[in-house]
Amino acid sequence: MTTYLIRNAQILGGAPQDLHLVDGAIAAIGTALDATADIEIDATGLIVLPGLVDLHTHLREPGREDAETVLTGTRAAAKGGFTAVHAMANTFPVADTAGVVEQVWRLGQESGYCDVQPVGAVTVGLEGKKLAELGAMHESAAGVRVFSDDGKCVDDAVMMRRALEYVKAFDGVVAQHAQEPRLTEGAQMNEGQVSGELGLGGWPAVAEEAIIARDVLLAAHVGSRLHICHVSTAGSVEIVRWAKAKGWDVTAEVTPHHLLLTDELVRSYDPVYKVNPPLRTAEDVQALRKALADGTIDAVATDHAPHPAEDKDCEWAVAAMGMVGLETALSVVQQTMVDTGLLNWEGVADRMSHRPARIGRLAGQGRPVSVGEPANLVLFDPAYRGAVNPDSFATRSRNTPYKGLDLPGRVHATFLRGTATVLAGELVEQGGLA
Amino acid sequence: MKRHLVSAADLTRDDALLVLDTAEELAQLSGRAVKKLPTLRGRTVVNLFFEDSTRTKTSFEVAEKRLSADVINFSAKGSSVSKGESLKDTALTLQAMGADAVVVRHHASGAPARLAQSDWLHGSVINAGDGTHEHPTQALLDAFTMRRHLNPGAGNDLAGRRVTIVGDILHSRVARSNVHLLTTLGAQVTFVAPPTLLPIGIENWPCEVSYDLESVLPKTDALMMLRVQRERMNAAFFPTEREYTRRYGVDGPRMSRLPEHAIVMHPGPMVRGMEITAEVADSPRCTVVEQVANGVSVRMAVLYLLLGGATLTDTPRTDSVESAK
Amino acid sequence: MTAHQESAPRPPHQVLDGTDIARVITRIAHEIVERAKGAEDVVLLGIHTRGVHLARRLHARLAQITDQDIPLGTLDITMYRDDLRLKPARALEHTEIPPGGIDGRLVVLVDDVLFSGRTIRAALDALNDIGRPRAVQLAVLVDRGHRELPIRADYVGKNLPTSLREAVQVRLSDRDGVDAVLVGDRDFAARSSQALAAQATESHLPE
Ligand SMILES: [Zn+2]
Repeated sequence: MTTYLIRNAQILGGAPQDLHLVDGAIAAIGTALDATADIEIDATGLIVLPGLVDLHTHLREPGREDAETVLTGTRAAAKGGFTAVHAMANTFPVADTAGVVEQVWRLGQESGYCDVQPVGAVTVGLEGKKLAELGAMHESAAGVRVFSDDGKCVDDAVMMRRALEYVKAFDGVVAQHAQEPRLTEGAQMNEGQVSGELGLGGWPAVAEEAIIARDVLLAAHVGSRLHICHVSTAGSVEIVRWAKAKGWDVTAEVTPHHLLLTDELVRSYDPVYKVNPPLRTAEDVQALRKALADGTIDAVATDHAPHPAEDKDCEWAVAAMGMVGLETALSVVQQTMVDTGLLNWEGVADRMSHRPARIGRLAGQGRPVSVGEPANLVLFDPAYRGAVNPDSFATRSRNTPYKGLDLPGRVHATFLRGTATVLAGELVEQGGLA
Repeated sequence: MKRHLVSAADLTRDDALLVLDTAEELAQLSGRAVKKLPTLRGRTVVNLFFEDSTRTKTSFEVAEKRLSADVINFSAKGSSVSKGESLKDTALTLQAMGADAVVVRHHASGAPARLAQSDWLHGSVINAGDGTHEHPTQALLDAFTMRRHLNPGAGNDLAGRRVTIVGDILHSRVARSNVHLLTTLGAQVTFVAPPTLLPIGIENWPCEVSYDLESVLPKTDALMMLRVQRERMNAAFFPTEREYTRRYGVDGPRMSRLPEHAIVMHPGPMVRGMEITAEVADSPRCTVVEQVANGVSVRMAVLYLLLGGATLTDTPRTDSVESAK
Repeated sequence: MTAHQESAPRPPHQVLDGTDIARVITRIAHEIVERAKGAEDVVLLGIHTRGVHLARRLHARLAQITDQDIPLGTLDITMYRDDLRLKPARALEHTEIPPGGIDGRLVVLVDDVLFSGRTIRAALDALNDIGRPRAVQLAVLVDRGHRELPIRADYVGKNLPTSLREAVQVRLSDRDGVDAVLVGDRDFAARSSQALAAQATESHLPE
């Protein structure tokens, strides 16, 4: 196995040190290490973070391979500094059986770019009517612990209660896509000043908040673990903060785009800004940043949602919802959280690696950067400045809202258990499978 | 003027007055034996209607033909929702046909804006009503009608005139375009509707809001009644037709509370017995029929001003071919 | 190019002053009465912009001579122009046909400068859509030549041979504060913002 000696890297933004990677693990850390390696990397000015862990990725395989495959999605993940992603269940067929989650898990293993942890559906076909075989998915090779009907809300209160209770048997967690369906019929964008002017169906904040409020109460009642997907409103933040203060086992994630973009962008009617949950107001963005900084929100999760061009090259109402995000996530977090002084690199490591790994119960991911730990690492250049160029993306889709935007920072290298998946900003082809 | 007319907010006061003054000149034509002008000879205007609307389409078609444009009617009803041809492919087709202007009516808010901003086609885009967003030529014909009654004369605006718009504001593209244009022209707009039929954020719009029609009537120069679809009842926007009519409809006694000079307007089609009684609809104060006639003049003015002059952008398109004819 | 720069553009010089213009209008009025046998069925139509002012003066003169109120109207030919696609769309002027109409009448079109003939072509097209006159005649203050269409004037205030490098400016007191006809180099005119403004409203450049 190739050995690496990384010179003068700033671990979590600290003083420059050398790291020696041998046999998939961190063999040594120190200044001016007296060691040799097959490849030596000058990491002057680069930050070392633990490999990023995404709780919320749509890899689209099986079923929508025109948008993304496990292979192209994990290549994008590696380019974004991720060493593990949770693959959402809303595929075709839905990942609601052991068979489908094992298929996705195996494709991830074969890709070699990034660990793929399948998420299982809570209900059969995401239809909210019948509990999926949660236990079987957990016992499968995929070892599923996170369950979500993401894309749809588990809106039936009894169904949600049962799911929360049931997964306790194997330390599982239900990740809720909080969207009250009746309040969001025909919804096209955040309900507020802009939706009123544009004549687009409003998606009220309360449709998200009402579900979160109900679910934290349910989770408290049955003593279960609850995770809230893509929190997008200031009100949701308040509810999560209240639940945590009560000592309830509630975690929450926020997407990079909800940390940066607002519904004002919808004025262009360009569906590249159409996403679920919708872009909210500037006040919401500020509340989300603050909540991520103080830990009320535990994790940044990309909600990477690739779509083929024809699903966005159309009128707003019929366009698909979602944005790609794996390859821009860390840059957006630098811009919104680090460069604003809200979070240091230690905090970034916590919200993008440690905590998401802990929520997903991923062994070997989200570990500290210290000797003896698996070498899941990312080298990040925070001084880089450049416009986002979708043509350089590894994802199969191009639906990024950041095209042409100057975002700070760039992933220089990513290591998955000591194997470089990205070097000098470029993908390293893995095992001839690529 | 901009190259497209997507929103009434695209029009400055000068633009709007130019349209109204031009329309006023063109209105003379309707009294002539020969109503046609050669102005747009050799230019192609496409009416792209994704939604049925006989009256708007007919009005545009008459306007286009009076200006001697080559008119193509492209009915694409429901095509993009039913996963037929996409808006993009339709636009590319029209571009290939050499459309100099596309008059587009679409059930999706923002579809004309998409067409105008895309590089799918190079002609002017005229919004003939998009979803629950805007209907700028309707607002122009409304303003034209109001000016004739309330402040006639070329160059005049609607400064200080009080316009009350009653009905389903939430779903009304007419209301949205009117609030932009009427404000630009100096009028004071008041919306009257049940709170369920007003958009969130209305308090930041440049207008007043009232839930009480009676109290607004004596302070109204133009009363515009909007159509209310019966289906809204099923979605609990209001309880019954009867209650809606009682609280927000206009009948003879209510009309009599308007000042002497005030007019009653309706963009059509009217739901008689719902928002307006026959007595009001058929009264001489009601301008519905006049609005239809004015629609042709205003649409001619818009077509002439967007198309009659030079194309100010760098669009090569079919110019060389046509000028060689 | 260098030759152009060597011969500096000449400033405009005056070819007609206010007295000249008044005399010319009187003369044309007499000619109309003479040729139209008392001007019984004449309708005067001034072509926007300066033709309208000239038509008004002609109308006043004819009233003095004939003791009749000859029908007077205005004609905006914008919608009939063949050069619409070369310039931004312009505001329309008011077309006003006298109450008696033009059917069976002798229409005398009045304009300031006859040049390419395209404006008159457009005016004839416009008349065609308005009615059927017995005959149409044309009165102009200045004929500067360079016709591009088979059109001629019936009444000419002054024949003014010009080169295409030159521009003719007509100024009328009702509009421009002073009565005068000026001729100068187009290059010079193009450098004078005042002349530029005048050009924008006139149609005397090659079209
Ligand atoms: Zn979701």
